[in-house]
Amino acid sequence: MMTTSAPDDRQIVADLLADPAGSDLPLEHLHDELVTRAAGTDLLDVSYRTVDSPVGSLLLATTPAGLVRVAFEREDHDAVLAQLAADVSPRILRAPARLDDAARQLDEYFAGARHRFDLPVDLQLAHGFRRTVLDHLRDIAYGTTASYATVAAASGSPAAVRAVGSACAHNPVPVVVPCHRVVRSDGSIGQYLGGTDAKQTLLDLEAA
Amino acid sequence: MTPPPFEQVLAEHGPTVLRVCRALLGPIDADDAWSETFLSALEAYPRLRPDSNVRGWLVTIAHRKAIDQLRMRGRAPIPTDDLPERSTVGDLAIDPDTDLWDALAALPFKQRGAVAYHHLAGLPYAEVGELLDSSAAAARRAASDGLATLRTTYPTRSATAARTTRTTGRTTQPTTGPRPPATGPTRTTTGRSS
Repeated sequence: MMTTSAPDDRQIVADLLADPAGSDLPLEHLHDELVTRAAGTDLLDVSYRTVDSPVGSLLLATTPAGLVRVAFEREDHDAVLAQLAADVSPRILRAPARLDDAARQLDEYFAGARHRFDLPVDLQLAHGFRRTVLDHLRDIAYGTTASYATVAAASGSPAAVRAVGSACAHNPVPVVVPCHRVVRSDGSIGQYLGGTDAKQTLLDLEAA
Repeated sequence: MTPPPFEQVLAEHGPTVLRVCRALLGPIDADDAWSETFLSALEAYPRLRPDSNVRGWLVTIAHRKAIDQLRMRGRAPIPTDDLPERSTVGDLAIDPDTDLWDALAALPFKQRGAVAYHHLAGLPYAEVGELLDSSAAAARRAASDGLATLRTTYPTRSATAARTTRTTGRTTQPTTGPRPPATGPTRTTTGRSS
């Protein structure tokens, strides 16, 4: 026997939560609009997106000043974003379009078609000597390498070889600031934030 | 402790806040209220206390934004029991085809607020009462009255279909609570083609 009665409370609530009547929630559209409005009112402190690359998925994050972070997958992108919230600002939104230029230049780099990046970089996450080292890394040309000792000397502290290694290991914008071009004096490639395989991949790419 | 990236707040609570805005304002104006809510939230976010109930905080902002919008429409949505029986949302004619959101929009502000904040956002009645300037008990009553009205003004498709095949004089009139507009038949005893 069929008994139909008016919908009960639970059914009504379930229907409300199910977004009935073809009213799909336009969240993607609203998200994009929020990004635009937030950026227009200086409320968007960090924008991010991911890009695919031969060294795995890369997280790109930018402040209004420039690219502030490039992170390898093995660093755990969620953990990196949480750290950015603590170190820069929790006003962080996924905003791929704001990193289109960076994504395009990285694509070109990985295709071998770009030898230097023309991007504003925000080095606020690097301090003191580490920052000095990063500034000198940008002088190492595409396709060449320098030893940790050479970079230490160029940075004004010839004895600070280990500190150079540490600066490279904490480079907030790897690939774009080319810490992968710093190798050991004996010719072995040394450590890399993205793993030694990734470092080898980048050096091979640039040697091609 | 730093709050997590705001994107996480959006992902976790964006859909709920949009449903609340829709319940309060209808689907058209809900988008605006949602954007205003999250823009305000983004502005204040770095100052949010780490132990805050983020969902309750967002719903509180959405509540204020919805009231702002309703005021701008030139109608006073002050959440009291003295509201007119007609919806503040607009001249929505209730017909048997109307969907649940229209039925919800036709409720008095306090009732649809109570339904939205408790049943859609999951806030306890004590917090719902604070938002609606009433006691927890009154908030519970408002939600209950709202659902009671929805039971009669929201004909589920299955119920409607069933009515087309049955001609028993099932009463669906509410016994209490605000009545829907006269143009809105809340019961049909025969098929809609008649």
